[in-house]
Amino acid sequence: MKQQLVVIGNGMAGVACVEQILKFQHNYEITIFGDETHVNYNRIMLSMVLSGEKAAEDIVLNDIDWYQSNNIRARLGVRIGGIDCAGRSVIDETGHFTPYDKLILATGSSAFVPPIPGVNNQNVHVFRTLDDTRALLDKSYPGCKAVVIGGGLLGLEAARGLQVRGCEVTVVHLMDTLMERQLDPTGGAYLTRKMENLGVRVLLSRQTKAILGNGKVEGVEFAGGGVLDADLVVIAAGIRPNAELARKANLEVNRGVIVDDFMVTSDPDILAVGECTEHRGQTFGLVAPLYDQGRVLAAAVTGNPTAGFKATTPAAKLKIMGVDIFSAGSMDEKEPGVEVVRYEDPSIGIYKRLLVKENRLHGVILVGDATDEQTYKDWLKDGTDLTALRRQILFPPTNGDPGLEVADMPDSHTICGCNGVRKGDIVQAIHEHSITNMTQLKQRTRASSSCGTCAGTCEKLLRAVATDFQQETRTTICNCLPFSYEQLKGIVKTQQLKSVEEVLHVYGNRKGCEVCKPALSYMLDVLWCGGHEEDRSARFINDRVHANIQNDGTFSVVPRMRGGVTSPAELRRIAEVAEKYHVPMVKVTGSQRLDLLGVKKADLPGIWKDLGMPSGQAYTKGVRMVKTCVGSTFCRFGTQDSISTGIELERRLENLFTPHKYKMAVVGCPRNCAEATVKDLGFIGQDGSWQVVVGGAAGKSVRKADLLITVETTEQALEASDLFFQYYRENANYLERTYDFVERLGIEKIRKETVYATEIGKRELLERLARSKELSKDAWLDGEEPVNPTQFVQIQPMEVFATR
Amino acid sequence: MTAETTWTAITPTDNVPPREGRAVRIGNLEIAIFNINGRFLTIENACPHKGGPLCDGITSGTTVVCPLHGQRFDLETGAPVLASQATCLATFPTRVDEGLILVDLTNPRKIVP
Ligand code: SRM
Ligand SMILES: Cc1cc2nc3c(=O)[nH]c(=O)nc-3n(C[C@H](O)[C@H](O)[C@H](O)COP(=O)(O)OP(=O)(O)OC[C@H]3O[C@@H](n4cnc5c(N)ncnc54)[C@H](O)[C@@H]3O)c2cc1C
Ligand code: SF4
Ligand code: FES
Repeated sequence: MKQQLVVIGNGMAGVACVEQILKFQHNYEITIFGDETHVNYNRIMLSMVLSGEKAAEDIVLNDIDWYQSNNIRARLGVRIGGIDCAGRSVIDETGHFTPYDKLILATGSSAFVPPIPGVNNQNVHVFRTLDDTRALLDKSYPGCKAVVIGGGLLGLEAARGLQVRGCEVTVVHLMDTLMERQLDPTGGAYLTRKMENLGVRVLLSRQTKAILGNGKVEGVEFAGGGVLDADLVVIAAGIRPNAELARKANLEVNRGVIVDDFMVTSDPDILAVGECTEHRGQTFGLVAPLYDQGRVLAAAVTGNPTAGFKATTPAAKLKIMGVDIFSAGSMDEKEPGVEVVRYEDPSIGIYKRLLVKENRLHGVILVGDATDEQTYKDWLKDGTDLTALRRQILFPPTNGDPGLEVADMPDSHTICGCNGVRKGDIVQAIHEHSITNMTQLKQRTRASSSCGTCAGTCEKLLRAVATDFQQETRTTICNCLPFSYEQLKGIVKTQQLKSVEEVLHVYGNRKGCEVCKPALSYMLDVLWCGGHEEDRSARFINDRVHANIQNDGTFSVVPRMRGGVTSPAELRRIAEVAEKYHVPMVKVTGSQRLDLLGVKKADLPGIWKDLGMPSGQAYTKGVRMVKTCVGSTFCRFGTQDSISTGIELERRLENLFTPHKYKMAVVGCPRNCAEATVKDLGFIGQDGSWQVVVGGAAGKSVRKADLLITVETTEQALEASDLFFQYYRENANYLERTYDFVERLGIEKIRKETVYATEIGKRELLERLARSKELSKDAWLDGEEPVNPTQFVQIQPMEVFATR
Repeated sequence: MTAETTWTAITPTDNVPPREGRAVRIGNLEIAIFNINGRFLTIENACPHKGGPLCDGITSGTTVVCPLHGQRFDLETGAPVLASQATCLATFPTRVDEGLILVDLTNPRKIVP
C-alpha cells in the first residue's frame, strides 16, 4: 500500500521540496493543496511581471504536465482549513477530509497589514501573489497617484514596477534609511538618491496613521500631520509566517511553526518547510535557505540521512534595473574586531562598504556597482584569507580569460544559490544529457530558473564545458520546431515544402502555435515569392479578415490613401460609408490616412465594396504607407516632387508582406516635414538628388535612419528602395523591425549587399521582388470572393433553441 | 445532475474550416465551435480575461490562444493551459451527424478550478 503524503501550500518551497522527494526512492502518493489557483510559479519574479519585463506565463516553474507526469494530485484553488492530528487528515474549506500518513506544511507567509484605519478601502493592496500583481496591473494607469508603504526590497520593487507603468509613485518608509535591514545609513542615502533619480519619490521617517477614503482610497495620513493624495496604495510592510493552521492543531508555534534540524514539527508525522517555519528562533524571507530546508526534509521523509538544516544568512539583491544593490553577511560595524573598508564616489553614485574581521570578509554592501558580487560571495562563504589581497579588496582583480573564472571554481562551489546547484552538478548534467544551451540546462538542473542572477555564470560554464555550445538568441522560433530560422529556411527550400501544415507535420510537433504559425506563413510567402499554399488558420485574426481586431472584438478599417493624398469624391464616399454602417468613429491616423473604427466583422466586405478603395494593410506585418509632404508641387522650399514620388513608391510595394510592419516617407527637402528620417525607409529630397535612408524609428524606440545612398534620379532612388526592401524581406527575422535589422547587420554590410552589390546580385533581388509583386493582390478582394463561406459571416444556428 | 440531452443542429461542418473557430449566438449565449482537423469542439466564446472572442484565436492542437492578450485554453476541458489564469470556460458536448454539427447546449461542462 502506498503511503499518503499531503502537502499544504503550492508555493516555491513546498514544490521545490516535492521535487527533491521525487529524486529519492519513495513509496508515497503525493497530493498538493494550494489555495492559489495557479500552478507553482516564481514568486520572486512578480516584480518583473508588475514592471512588464515578464508575462505571467514566463514565470511558471512547474506546469500542469509536471504534476501529471509525476503523478502528483494538484488540488488548486483549495484551501485547507484544519488539521486533525489524531485522525491524521486535513480538512479543506468545503469540509472534505483527506487522510495523510505524512503531512508537510508549506504555507509560506502573508503580507503583514498594520492595524491602521482605512486599510479596507478599495485600491489598497498587498504584493504577494500573482493575483495581487494582476490587481495592481489592473488598477494602475499613467498618471495614477500610487503610494507604497514600506521601503524594503519588496516595497521598492513594487514602486519601480508601478512607476514604469506611468504611475506617480511615492514610497513612504517608517525608518530613516531605505532597506535598513540590508544597508547602512550611507548606503541607504545613495539608494534614496537613485530611486529619486528614477522618478520615485521617497519619504523617510513617516509613520502612516490612517488610510483615507470613503470606500475607495483617497490618501494616506501620517502621524504628526501631513496627508498624501493616493489613487492606489500598496502595503509592503513586512511578512508574517502563515502558522495559523499549525497553531489551531496545537503544534508548537512561536512566530513560525517550530521545526527541528530535520524540519519535523512537534508532531512527528508533520513536517514543515518554507517561510512558515521557525528554526532555532529564526524565520525566513528569501528562498535560498528554504531550498536547503527542502533538501533536508526530502531526505528525512524518505528515510535518508543528512546532517540536518543549518541556516545561513542569504545575500539580498534588489531587482531593479539600473539600481544595483547587493548586501550579504554581517551589517554590524561595531562588532569587536571588525574593520570597515569603504569607497564612495557620489558623482557616479557608487558606494561600497566591506566589513573585514581577522583578515576575512565579514559583510558587504554594494550600491551602484555590483559587478564583483560573486567574488565577495565566494570570499564570505569560503572564508578566504585576504591578507595578500588587501590592496585590492575594493576592486578585486578581474582577468581577461572568461573561462578562468569558472575554471577557478571548485566543484563544490554553489552557482545557483536559489536552487542550490553546484558547479559539479552542472558539469555532470552537461555531459550526461549532452546539454548545449541554457534552456536545457535550466530544465535539467533548475540552475538560474529562480531569480536568474547566476545566468551569466551558468552561461560561462556552459560555454566552457559544452562541446557544441549554442548561443540562445533566437535559435528556434518556439518549442514546436527544433530548428533555427536559418536551418528551417534551408529545409523548406530543399524539401519544397509549401504549406505551414507540411512543415509542422514533417519537422515539427504537428500542432504549431501562435508564435510559429504566423512566422512560418511569412517564411513560405517570401521563399516562394507568394507561390505558397496560404493557410488562413495559421494567420492571426487580423490577417484572416484583413482588419485590426480591437479590444471589444470589433475591427478597424484603414483604406489605402497613397502618399496621404485624397480627393473630395473619396472623402464623400468615406463619409457615406461611415454613416451607412454606423461606424462609431472616424479618425485621422498618425500615418496620414483615415481610420473607420469599431466595425463588425460581418460588415467588412460591404464597407470595402462601398469604399472602392484598396486595403491600407494597417492590420498586418506588411507595407503600411508612404507619408509625404507637399514638396515642390506647392511648397516654396520644395526641391523634389515628394507627392508623386511617394505615391509611386507606395504603388510599387503595396500589398506585399514584410517581417514586421514597413513604413515609409518622402519629403521634398531636408526640413523633413513628413519625418522621413524616422521611418523604415525614407527619401529626402535635395537640390538635384535624393537621399535614401533606412532603419529609422519613432515608436517604441527612436532611431535616426542611416543613409543608404544618395542618388540623382527618382528612378535610382526607387531602385535603391526596392533593393533594400527585398533584402529586408529575405534576411530579417520574423518580427524584426528595420531599426533592429539595420543595427544588427550594420549599414556597411547592407550597402554591400544591396546598392553596391554586383549587377547579378541586384538583378536577382529585383526579380524575386517582381515575382512576389506579381502574385500579390489587394487583400480586400477577399470580400467579394471569401476563402471560405464563413470568413466574414456570423453563423446563424439552424435550429433555434427553444428554452433560451 | 444531467438534464436530458438535447442536441441542437447548428450548421454544416463545412462552415467551420479546419483549425479555425466560428462564433454562433443562441439567445444570450455565444459559443465558439472549432474544427480540430475533423473533430468539432465547442466552448464558451468569451475569454474570461477581458471577453476576447476565442473563435478568432489561433489553435495549437486542441488549445486556442485568445486573440486579444494571448491567454490559452484547452478546448476539451475549458481549462486555462497555464494556471496563471484563474477561470475555466464551459464546454459543450458536440457531435457530427450527416454533415451537421450538433451541440448539446443543455449540458455545459465546467471544471471548477
Ligand atoms: C490607428 C493608429 C493610431 C492612430 O489613431 O493614429 C495605430 C494603431 C495601432 N498601433 Fe500604431 N498606430 C498608428 C500609427 C503608428 C505610428 C505613427 C506612424 O505610422 O507614423 C507609430 C510609430 C512609428 C512606428 O511604426 O514605429 C506606431 C507605432 C506602433 C507600435 C510600435 C512599433 C515599434 O516597433 O516601435 C506598435 C506595436 C507593434 O507594432 O509591436 C503599434 C501597434 C498598433 C496597434 C495595431 C495595436 C494592436 O496590435 O492592436 C494599434 C491598433 C489600434 C486599433 O484598435 O485599431 N503601433 N503606430 C495609427 C495607424 C496608422 C495607419 O494609418 O496605418
Ligand atoms: C514580489 C516578491 C519578490 C521577492 N523577491 C525575492 C528575491 O529576490 N529573492 C528571494 O530569495 N526571495 C524573494 N521573495 C521571497 C520568496 O518569494 C519567498 O521566500 C518564497 O516564495 C517562499 O516560499 P514558500 O513556499 O515558503 O511560500 P509561498 O511561495 O508563499 O507558498 C506558500 C503557498 O501556500 C499557500 N497556502 C497558504 N496557506 C494555505 C492553506 N491553508 N491551504 C492551501 N494553501 C495555502 C499560499 O497561498 C501559497 O501559494 C520575493 C517575494 C515577493 C512576494
Ligand atoms: S499608442 Fe497605438 S497601440 Fe498604444 S493605445 Fe494608442 S493606438 Fe493603441
Ligand atoms: S481577453 Fe482573452 S486574453 Fe485578454
